[in-house]
Amino acid sequence: MTDFLQASGAYVMCFFLIVLGLYGMILKRNYVKKIIGMTIFQAAIILLFILAAYKEDATVPVLDKVNIGSDPDAYVNPLPHALMLTAIVVGVATVGVGLSLLIRVYKGYGTIDEEDLLKEMES
Amino acid sequence: MTLHLPILILLVLFSGALFIPILSKLGTRTPWIIAVASSLLAFCLCLFLLFEVLEVGVIHYALGGWAPPIGIELVADRLSVFVSLVILGVSTLVLAHSRPSVERDNGENQVGYYTTALLAVGGFVGIISTGDLFNLYVFLEISSLASYALIGSSGKRSAVAAFRYLILGTIGASFYLLGLGFVFINTGSLNMADVAAILSEQGLDPVILIGAVLMVIGMGLKMALLPLHLWLPDAYTFAPAASSSLIAPIGTKVAAYVLIRLILGVFPTEMLTAELPLLDILGVLGAAGIIWGSVMAIPQRNIKRMLAYSSVAQIGYIALGIGLGTTFGLIGAVLHILNHACMKACLFLVSSNLETRGKGVEIEGLDASMRRDMPWSSAAFAVAAISMIGLPPTAGFFSKWYLLLGSFQEDRFIFVGVILISSLLNAVYFFRILERMYLGNPGPKGEVTASSGASGFLLVFSPVVLGLGLVLLGLGNAFIVTHLLNPMMPIAP
Amino acid sequence: MNAAITTQSVLPWLAVAASLAVVPAILLCDKRPNFREFWTFAAAFLKFGIVLSLVPGALRGETVEWTLFSLVPGVSFTLSADPLGVFFALVASGLWIVTSVYSIGYMRGHAEKKQTRFFASFAVSLGSTIGIAFAGNLLTFLVFYELLTLATYPLVIHKESKEAIRSGRMYLAYALTAGLCFLSATVWIYFRTGSIEFEAGGMLVDGSFSGGELKALFLLLMIGVGVKSGIMPLHSWLPAAMVAPTPVSALLHAVAVVKSGVFGLIRVTGFVFGPDLMREYGLDIALACFAAATVLFASVIAMRQDNLKRRLAYSTVGHLSYIAIGTALIAPSALQGGLMHLSAHALMKITLFFCAGAIYVHAHKTEISQLDGLGRTMPWTFGAFAVASLGLAGIPPLSGFLSKWWLAVGSVEAGREWALGIFLLSGLLNAGYFFPIVIRAFFRPPPPENGNEGHHSPLGEASPWMVVPLCLTALLAVIFGVFPDYPLPFFDLAYNIARDVFAGSESLMSTLP
Repeated sequence: MTDFLQASGAYVMCFFLIVLGLYGMILKRNYVKKIIGMTIFQAAIILLFILAAYKEDATVPVLDKVNIGSDPDAYVNPLPHALMLTAIVVGVATVGVGLSLLIRVYKGYGTIDEEDLLKEMES
Repeated sequence: MTLHLPILILLVLFSGALFIPILSKLGTRTPWIIAVASSLLAFCLCLFLLFEVLEVGVIHYALGGWAPPIGIELVADRLSVFVSLVILGVSTLVLAHSRPSVERDNGENQVGYYTTALLAVGGFVGIISTGDLFNLYVFLEISSLASYALIGSSGKRSAVAAFRYLILGTIGASFYLLGLGFVFINTGSLNMADVAAILSEQGLDPVILIGAVLMVIGMGLKMALLPLHLWLPDAYTFAPAASSSLIAPIGTKVAAYVLIRLILGVFPTEMLTAELPLLDILGVLGAAGIIWGSVMAIPQRNIKRMLAYSSVAQIGYIALGIGLGTTFGLIGAVLHILNHACMKACLFLVSSNLETRGKGVEIEGLDASMRRDMPWSSAAFAVAAISMIGLPPTAGFFSKWYLLLGSFQEDRFIFVGVILISSLLNAVYFFRILERMYLGNPGPKGEVTASSGASGFLLVFSPVVLGLGLVLLGLGNAFIVTHLLNPMMPIAP
Repeated sequence: MNAAITTQSVLPWLAVAASLAVVPAILLCDKRPNFREFWTFAAAFLKFGIVLSLVPGALRGETVEWTLFSLVPGVSFTLSADPLGVFFALVASGLWIVTSVYSIGYMRGHAEKKQTRFFASFAVSLGSTIGIAFAGNLLTFLVFYELLTLATYPLVIHKESKEAIRSGRMYLAYALTAGLCFLSATVWIYFRTGSIEFEAGGMLVDGSFSGGELKALFLLLMIGVGVKSGIMPLHSWLPAAMVAPTPVSALLHAVAVVKSGVFGLIRVTGFVFGPDLMREYGLDIALACFAAATVLFASVIAMRQDNLKRRLAYSTVGHLSYIAIGTALIAPSALQGGLMHLSAHALMKITLFFCAGAIYVHAHKTEISQLDGLGRTMPWTFGAFAVASLGLAGIPPLSGFLSKWWLAVGSVEAGREWALGIFLLSGLLNAGYFFPIVIRAFFRPPPPENGNEGHHSPLGEASPWMVVPLCLTALLAVIFGVFPDYPLPFFDLAYNIARDVFAGSESLMSTLP
């Protein structure tokens, strides 16, 4: 697994997504766009884990003694999948909390644009 | 039962959080009672566990019977149990104190606060007790989500502060997850001890290094290390009193603890420092944070904001201790986690009392009437302030002692200077308040808005206990260090 | 010389605890002043009794020691009452009784506010002073040293005027910086040598520091103790702290704070560095130069002050540096002289401050130019003032003469005759700034009374609560001048201490008489 960097462009894609997500989270002024960036960022990390579990010619990690046998090389690594299920749940919860906070911000100030908010808070 | 103690502590906290909404119809005070009771119970269990650990040594608990490294394990060693104990102690005191201020800020709906508070505390304790890197991430997110909710639960400004914290906090947690991914890809393991064993065998390659840097950055964000601290002042200032007094003492410290754990227990320190000066950078950022936080605290007009900046400075102390990388430095850092948790809790509780008493948290608005109306709170504040300045015999002095020892050990005379100067800066901004509190004569006795009697007792109980605790911790630090911290350090001094 | 005998006893802790334990009682008796003052007296006498019981042992060169627990691993929280500690504790606890009597008279006569805070802080100050006296290692010393800073801060700002608050800030700034320097030096020593126990003759003998580092260390420690002992250029908080009530000034200047500073100086030179190291690296010369300059400058500045308390303050700055010179000369007799000056100056300066307070409370005069003829209405006060002034100028048979004599002997012994010149000159300057006050009070006619100022020049003496203590201290100054060992054996103690400190340095011992 160590030479994964040479493996394929999938990782490059992953990092592109990570950078895109970070860009959205940090530089976008609109708070909803920040949340969208956050989602992309988290999805990219999840993809990275899934990529790491991927093996050529391997199948889903469900034990099939009849057709495939119990050779571990025939299955993809199930652990990252399990981990990422948790991470997805965490991500969804974060988006939920973030959006509910945004609703309160919007109710309070009538805007979710950072600059307008700053102006509102100044006054 | 002793076998299951590590998980019991977590279960008590999380099931407490579960029962609060279910049982909340029994009465308006039920949530408070359940929260305090579960926190107290967890504290007692933790104390029990500490004795157990002192007797039999490290306890590994395999969750669900799945043997590590595949399964998740909880590790109860002296360091982790001790830090959990501190956190549970502080949280019990804060929760016990919180009733009047929650009643004020949240009205009838106290379920939300106490549920999330218990979730946050459970998350924090989970982070500390787990021996699994991914499990740590999960607990981190549990506690973070609960913290965002706690912080954002008062006015509209707090919602904005909480949202910004959420964005930065998520970046931090995701960085940690990303770094964890790199480590996992490289070693194929998530168990801390297992990863450490694999790494010390196969050495560090660039992938691990990137992973380590990402994890450290992630934790740096969570603990508000200097350039990554931007979320903290707003979050602490605008959060409702009960929330900031729960999160400020504990939240950032837990991240600092994770950093210590990563350096002590996961990455082989010597190999890591040989490859890249991660510790040096941490130390320098810590030193910069100390000065920056202290300087920024001086002109603040709001006590909570001042305390927030002072938190940035205190985190700097911890980072400096970690950055020294020596035994003394790490002892200083751990001790400061403990001391600062108690000091900040005490200070924030007093500021919460100020709000409850209707005096407000503007420094300008403080005068001698505070001393008259709330003598015990004032005294607790004074003790905590003295401890923050670092005068003996309070706890703050002794963490400074170890940090200075570590600095001398490494011949970092600049750090010595930084620590000394920051004490003076601390003195500047704390004596500014103490002068207001203790000088002059209180005017004619005005209307005291707050309730008295039982809740009056609640208001002063926790700050006073914490204030006394600071003196005891100061005088008893030798015990803590010899019995709890030294055995955990890589090289005994 | 002979190995010091150490006995284990909790007595030193009791002496410290005596005054700390009454603080809650004092605070609780806020509304009942008589009860409150009873507690102060109870503690003062108890403490004095305990210290007194340690004296015979100290005369035999014994040390009474008790370790409470470990302060940090490797450093214990130890009080050890060695002869030097007992010497200082004796001065401090003895004068506390007198000061308490006086401050009751002063505070009530002047109807000061917040007397409870005053007496409570006073008790904590004295407790920490005794802690400083008995501290067995640098860290214990530092703990009490910082406690003293904290406890005296409320005393300095007692008046709560703008000026008082400014002085308080200045005091804190100086004292906290000093404490931090001292702390870093302590940590440094501990890290290098692993031990910070005080040891007669020096603890730093095994050459764990290079020459340059030793000098840096000395500088840090000197800033640490130099601030409280008012060595120029670290002295400016002292005159500023004059806004405090007079008993506080008396305490600050005669008993607790500044004497803790010079006591620390003796500890650092004699028990940390030791005579040999001081000599070897020229640290003695450096200290002596600063101290000598302080003596002269402070005396000259004192002459120009019209405010009585400020003049006394500068005089204190000067006299403290006598003691500093005594330690810096590195000769047994000089150290002995310095120690004797510690007690002698304490007695006489406290008398002077008491007089200043009595004049202020009774006649409402603060400036020297207003004192014309006042000696005739307040003969006892000014009599005591005259005695103390004579003593500080070094006129026999007062105790100031004896200490100066030994200092002079020491300077010859050390081969630094120039110090003689300093003592002589400053003696003259002392006379120059004290005698005019006495002359003015006794021999100038009182100013013509204005009708509306009539009540400002009352007839008769101040309240006996104030006059008796000040006469007592003046009397003691005379007694100790004639019989240096009776009723309290200051001379013998000082002699023993000097012998202990120089026991390790053979070449210097030979000169001992």
